[in-house]
Amino acid sequence: MTNAWGDIKHTDLVVVMGGNAAEAHPCGFKWVTEAKANRGAKLIVVDPRFTRTASVADFYCPIRPGTDIAFLGGVINYLLSNDKIQHDYVKAFTNASYLVKPEFGWSEGLFTGYNEEKRDYDKSSWDYQLDEQGYAKVDDTLQDPRCVFQLMKQHFAVYTPEMVEKICGSPKDKFLKVAQMISECSTPTKTMTSMYALGWTQHSKGAQNIRGMAMIQLLLGNIGVRGGGMNALRGHSNIQGLTDLGLLSNMLPGYMNLPVEKEVDFNAYMSTRGFKPLRPGQTSFWQNYKKFFVSFQKSMWGDKATAENNWAFDWLPKLDVTYDILRTFELMNQGKITGYFCQGFNPLMTFPNRGKITSGLSKLKFLVTMDPLDTETSRFWENHGEFNDVNSADIQTEVFQLPTSCFAEDEGSIVNSGRWLQWHNAAVSPPGEAKSDVWIMAGLHLRIKELYLKEGGAFPDPIVNLRWPYAIPEEPAAEELARENNGQALADVTDPTDPTKVLVQKGKLLDSFAQMKDDGSTAGFCWIYAGSYTEAGNQMARRDTWDPGDTGLAPKWAWAWPANRRILYNRASSDKNGKPWDPSRKLVYWTGERWGGYDVPDYGPTVKPEQSVGPFIMNPEGVARLFTRGMMRDGPFPSHYEPFEAPVANAIAPKIKGNPAARIFKADLEALGSADKFPYVATSYRLTEHFHQWTKHVWVNAALQPEFFVEISEELAKEKGIVKGGWVRVWSNRGSIKAKAVVTKRIRPLMVDGKPTHVVGIPQHWGFMGRAKKGHNPNSLTPFVGDANIETPEYKAFLVNIEPTSGPATS
Amino acid sequence: MASYQSLDIKRRSASTSTPPVVRSTALEVAKLIDVSKCIGCKACQAACLEWNNLKEEIGVNTGVYDNPHDLTPNSWTLMRFTEWDNPDTGDFEWLIRKDGCMHCADPGCLKACPAPGAIVQYTNGIVDFVSENCIGCAYCVKGCPFNIPRISQVDRKAYKCTLCSDRVAVGQGPACAKACPTAAIMFGTKDDMKEQADRRITDLKSRGFSNAGLYDPQGVGGTHVMYVLHHLDKPEIYAGLPKDPQISPLVSAWKGGAKLFALGAIAFAAVGAFFHHTIVGPNKVSETDEENAADLAEEGAQAAPTPETRAL
Repeated sequence: MTNAWGDIKHTDLVVVMGGNAAEAHPCGFKWVTEAKANRGAKLIVVDPRFTRTASVADFYCPIRPGTDIAFLGGVINYLLSNDKIQHDYVKAFTNASYLVKPEFGWSEGLFTGYNEEKRDYDKSSWDYQLDEQGYAKVDDTLQDPRCVFQLMKQHFAVYTPEMVEKICGSPKDKFLKVAQMISECSTPTKTMTSMYALGWTQHSKGAQNIRGMAMIQLLLGNIGVRGGGMNALRGHSNIQGLTDLGLLSNMLPGYMNLPVEKEVDFNAYMSTRGFKPLRPGQTSFWQNYKKFFVSFQKSMWGDKATAENNWAFDWLPKLDVTYDILRTFELMNQGKITGYFCQGFNPLMTFPNRGKITSGLSKLKFLVTMDPLDTETSRFWENHGEFNDVNSADIQTEVFQLPTSCFAEDEGSIVNSGRWLQWHNAAVSPPGEAKSDVWIMAGLHLRIKELYLKEGGAFPDPIVNLRWPYAIPEEPAAEELARENNGQALADVTDPTDPTKVLVQKGKLLDSFAQMKDDGSTAGFCWIYAGSYTEAGNQMARRDTWDPGDTGLAPKWAWAWPANRRILYNRASSDKNGKPWDPSRKLVYWTGERWGGYDVPDYGPTVKPEQSVGPFIMNPEGVARLFTRGMMRDGPFPSHYEPFEAPVANAIAPKIKGNPAARIFKADLEALGSADKFPYVATSYRLTEHFHQWTKHVWVNAALQPEFFVEISEELAKEKGIVKGGWVRVWSNRGSIKAKAVVTKRIRPLMVDGKPTHVVGIPQHWGFMGRAKKGHNPNSLTPFVGDANIETPEYKAFLVNIEPTSGPATS
Repeated sequence: MASYQSLDIKRRSASTSTPPVVRSTALEVAKLIDVSKCIGCKACQAACLEWNNLKEEIGVNTGVYDNPHDLTPNSWTLMRFTEWDNPDTGDFEWLIRKDGCMHCADPGCLKACPAPGAIVQYTNGIVDFVSENCIGCAYCVKGCPFNIPRISQVDRKAYKCTLCSDRVAVGQGPACAKACPTAAIMFGTKDDMKEQADRRITDLKSRGFSNAGLYDPQGVGGTHVMYVLHHLDKPEIYAGLPKDPQISPLVSAWKGGAKLFALGAIAFAAVGAFFHHTIVGPNKVSETDEENAADLAEEGAQAAPTPETRAL
């Protein structure tokens, strides 16, 4: 989230698209009801199904799964052609005026530089024209045909209301009503918030779905302001913390990157991380990268990381490719990965194409699961009749099932969608032999280290030199880890302008990342968490509801990264001169001497407005990017691509199948189904009664939603002779499942390119373990292909067939 | 189920007298269910099961979202989902209503109840069942114009929402209201709830629901559970909420003239029974009766745990 949950109450318009907030985030959804009740805010829902969120919406518009970019492109086209944008904001705070290289272009569904064999782009043309000093050229009149604004107009012109209807199946009048309601928020005193979740991410072009809406929000001037923003509703209670701490195969904590193979040494790694400003006088905050990186290395290896050994750069792994979940299971199937640690994960249920997951796990030598629950993955080898039809005798994988504590059984912090780190205490002790994940991992580390010390090995250095300063080495305490995340001074840290002034004494905790140094005198595991646990105490444990200005930001409740800032890019809440766009919703503004207001300024606190430093200081341009340069693999603008399994050809580029820059393995490409055999569009989702596969283990939740079902329209039911509550078989080119049929008016056939298109909805929560009725799961059917940028699988749009059947044989 | 140690009783079933009220300051309370803010998340159902230590059966899907499929002796509240095409606007609406006891000012259940003190109405308006006095005759089911009470096959007692009288007695709101994430369920004095409803109705009217209004049916003297409905003119579209609920005329008759008549009939029956006993001999419990009773007890042990196992 750019903003905070409590801030949503200040909005005028909530757009829920690519999510189902009432269903999946009912507690956070209260802020929408607040905005509706107290501000008269309106709620729009755009979704293939009439969801629980739609049940309380002011306006609902249906859409075919996997066509969001066409819809959002249509809105962008509407805003540009009806001149419904916030001009001053767009001119001053975005790259609309920047000139793009003359060789950049787009035709027949592809941007310049495409290499079909590699399924990848040479992105060198996707950049600005630079002047002699290396600054981007701009045209403040926005008239130059090569400026981003004009290129955008051109790129999105194809998404007319008629085209939106043709691709998305959204009736033209409904689309226009949504576009018109959104366009009202182009005035400085009306804001819109976007609430989205996995309905946007789980596509082969998920990141571009989100870009589409981010561009709309920039055109409307809604980023950095109260009641606005791009608000990702995180689906798992600490998934925000997971990404912050870099628990992705290619990341380091604080959104730094793990080096890749070609970055052979520290200098090569840093050479592409200069972040030189692209406009005169701009702040480019990532210029501090080295300080954060060196502090991270010092946190990892302490005294062993020195200037001489380049801060132990050689001890970091160098990536040849990214090891996302799809590649990992592909490698398992190829016999190239033979051991797997599965921590807090249930791949058999949650990764696509279950058949491939089962065969991958079956080829392992060993599998270790660490989970509070008895998961299906831990039992993948066990026969459960139709629900897990495996021959146990054929599976040689040795499974070690380690029970862990759950969140209520240990202390620590959980980061919410709004980036708030909230500390919690243990309520009870873990049952039986369950141990904390930290205890298990510390035990592993200490034993592996001992083996390395005893037996040597090819490369023991990163393991034996790891800093391990905990009071009880076998179980580091949550507070110790939290202090390590925050960072400390390893030598006296002095004021750069006055070396006699000591800012932080040796051994003391840092107050902020501004105190981090690149000379090895500070350590800090996750720079964005600096300030969360200081000498003043554990800031995450604060519980003061003080909320000046009734902003909903409660600055003394817990702690938000970065620097306890509650709304990102908040300098953009005021105009060029530092005056709030909306005086009734002031946030951060120029007081005459400094930036003041209700939030910690995301800006130099004393940088004068006349210095014209842009508000988006994490970008070397200082402005937000409507055109992303080479940052994304599949294009600098979002473009409509059909899902890899689609009922129709791409209406704007008929030759293009799927997202041309998304990676797909050979066998998975061959496993795709076609519309003649699988005529119905399926989508998977969550229900409010359950949380993933966890709560089916809980009696109350199991009673409230006991049995697996799929949802179809009355029209499809009639066509297929399916009765409400009867059994159906649903199959894709990868698998087959049985379910009860919920026949509903909430799903209706969509007219796509003049043809009725049926949607089959498949919820996610059942399996063969737990208290609820044993059931199947959509991932027996889903395709093994991910987003072009981050490999999130395409769970939300694929093709199936359906027929009535008899119930499963129950054991 | 009742917990009336600190609540004052206003009315008591099948009794001519009511215990004296020590305090006279009790305000009438009410639960306001704003159907237009409800997202159907069933947190209220979960909270009700947990607070009251109830265990609902893990059922099946019958093609709808409603689970369990009806109120039961263990599920005292239930979300009922209705799919409705609005003929006036052409729009589809998904109407979600939390069903449960309405706590009528003039409670049909209490009127119908023949067991002294099995149903009480407190001065704050809550209508509560007192299990130890219940004889399981199910007259309350007949007496209720909303079809709420359910008879347990385990202990032959009637059960329904208590409006968390135990929580209210110590100054807390009902568990369902506490759990509701969108404040669609609110609890307070009846006057405050009516004021709140007014604000909500104004908002709904501004959004085009011209028939929005408060459901507080006067046929039962008003209720202590009220609904804000978008379509007050058509309450029956909300899973059969009665338009003008009335206590069954049979119950009124039973409490009126029939009562005197019945008293005579009871006396007659007693005389008859005396002669039956002296002439035919005492009634015997047959073996089948014993078996049926044993079966029921066993089912009960499976379906509903004892208080000891619940605490685990």
